[in-house]
Amino acid sequence: MSVSVQQADFDVGMETSALSAGDDGAGAVASFVGLVRGEDIHAMTLEHYPGMTEKALAEIVAQAHTRWQLRRVRVIHRVGRLLPGDRIVFVGVSSSHRGDAFAACEFIMDYLKTRAPFWKKEDTAAGGRWVDARESDDSAASRWEK
Amino acid sequence: MTIKLLYFASLRERLGTPGESLELPAGVDSIAALRGHLAARGGDWQVFATSTSLRAAVNQAMAGPEAGVKAGDEVAFFPPVTGG
Repeated sequence: MSVSVQQADFDVGMETSALSAGDDGAGAVASFVGLVRGEDIHAMTLEHYPGMTEKALAEIVAQAHTRWQLRRVRVIHRVGRLLPGDRIVFVGVSSSHRGDAFAACEFIMDYLKTRAPFWKKEDTAAGGRWVDARESDDSAASRWEK
Repeated sequence: MTIKLLYFASLRERLGTPGESLELPAGVDSIAALRGHLAARGGDWQVFATSTSLRAAVNQAMAGPEAGVKAGDEVAFFPPVTGG
């Protein structure tokens, strides 16, 4: 399955290897791992909309396939309580040549940030605080809209 | 004529409920009309009238204010997403 929403951690090495295992046509694998920044938080809780989350991610992956020549795509997003340094998200893409893999990986992350129904709540010394959406994420996503 | 309503994240906390089953009143046939109906409850529910950032989904797909709402639909309201 190319999309997973799960509480459990994932193995970056295993996931990256699986993108090209047994595929002689794969010439490039690009991946991204997002982490919990721990500068001023104790923990972070990720809430999501079960059902819609998986659909939104599958739709983003399908769009990436129409834009670039991709071989395999893997998206994993964790939910629940995470600690500083924990992995949150994995996006991996394999393709014949590097350009498609690099671009698709970035596109999927940009769209995930603005279209997939996840919400972060930070646990800070001052109490719980919902993370505000950032305008820079919207502009990062909008650059693909042409 | 009922719909399933879901609220997420800061909106869920503010309203004090993750969702409800709602008998759809006559004339409430769009996201905009539904927001007006919920805002009329007053108190914290006025966020449906005052918030410009609130997002909506109908049957698990993002939906604008003009999107239709009909019996049996699953309608969700939530703040802008912050995953990744």
